[in-house]
Amino acid sequence: MIAIVDYGAGNLNSVKKAFDHLGADVSVTDSGDAIAAADKIVLPGVGHFSALQVLDRTDLRKALLQATSVGKPFLGICLGMQWLFEGSDECKELAGSGIFSGKCRQFPPSVKSPHVGWNSLAVQEGSRLLRGISPDSFVYYTHSYHALVQAETMAVSEYGLPFAGAVERGNIFGVQFHPEKSGDVGLSILKNFCEL
Amino acid sequence: MILLTKRIIACLDMDGGRVVKGVKFKNLRDAGEPAECATAHARDGADEIVLLDITATSGNRNTLLDAVRNTARSLFVPFAVGGGIRCIEDAAAVFDAGADKIAINSAAVSEPALIDRIAGRFGSQAVVVAIDARKSATGFEVFVAGGRKPTGRDAIQWAREAAACGAGEILLTSMDRDGTRSGFDCELVRTVAEAVSIPVIASGGAGSARDFIEVFRQGRADAALAASIFHFGIENISQLKLELREAGVPMRWPC
Repeated sequence: MIAIVDYGAGNLNSVKKAFDHLGADVSVTDSGDAIAAADKIVLPGVGHFSALQVLDRTDLRKALLQATSVGKPFLGICLGMQWLFEGSDECKELAGSGIFSGKCRQFPPSVKSPHVGWNSLAVQEGSRLLRGISPDSFVYYTHSYHALVQAETMAVSEYGLPFAGAVERGNIFGVQFHPEKSGDVGLSILKNFCEL
Repeated sequence: MILLTKRIIACLDMDGGRVVKGVKFKNLRDAGEPAECATAHARDGADEIVLLDITATSGNRNTLLDAVRNTARSLFVPFAVGGGIRCIEDAAAVFDAGADKIAINSAAVSEPALIDRIAGRFGSQAVVVAIDARKSATGFEVFVAGGRKPTGRDAIQWAREAAACGAGEILLTSMDRDGTRSGFDCELVRTVAEAVSIPVIASGGAGSARDFIEVFRQGRADAALAASIFHFGIENISQLKLELREAGVPMRWPC
């Protein structure tokens, strides 16, 4: 069973709907116990980084860290990916998980913000999550903060500067774009996650 | 490498549960069932779908919510819904039914703080402020209530204020061009696009590929929306995107 973590941020239904469409066994939950019992975890979310404070106020942060430490496949989407980093300039007093190093930053003033729309994704070789995705596929983004490109970046998009579209280490995956809103390309990525 | 692409958005104007299309906000013609139209447009390459409930009376919200639910079920591209959203509860119901974004128009004009409240709960990316504007002696005037009621407000000023209140995008409709297929109002679009730092979706007047090229180039639009030309098969979306791409406009392709 795949647990989609409900912490009150964004439209979980669209993520669930995409997994339902793929025939996956998913359940939306706000319980640490359900996360402990799940085979895979999806941390979705859109909106302000401060929304992630719910994870700290409940037993969710602990359950998520526990799940990642035992190697359960974990997918952070958008704000859920940003949580995998140390933090974000959007809400400096709130810490992310620090699983990946670096902080999420705003786009330069030379471009409009938020970054909204379909952008091309330069996929690096060797990604398990992005297996079979053509190198210059298009995916849908909507966000104002981004993580910088680093060694564990598996796909790069560009908007005023190159930024991390996807990160991956072992069984921990993060995508800044919305696979549930990225048409067939996005569904293929979610299918890859289901098949891990 | 292609960067952020320009979006082609298919709009479904819905009246009483059916998709309709009028000219200058009048003379409605039937164009089909919302969920079917939406999936057909997405298959054809639409980058986003907007469903606008233009039913004059706010009587039956369930018709809209049913349409949203049915449409969202098999749609895996961004989906925005507008029409008759007057308070945060209305917005919540539409999100709950499966919309990714809501579009607010009249309610935002009468109460700009509503933008901030909805953005605070669902994020700015989920809030599109729709502006219906018509050329006036002094500039562009904002109309509300489905284009029936003039407000005396300047469209550019209002767009700036909406952005400052937390809107994630502006959906800008030229009432003068709506349904006429005589081209987008590039002057209006460009003025607003340069006045705000959030994306602007141009609407009203799409008739040919040339019109889209102009609104992206001269109008500096981030996205362009059309309804009638897509519903009646006058302009096939994938063919349109191919033409735009050949003209050098960045497009999601293949799609």
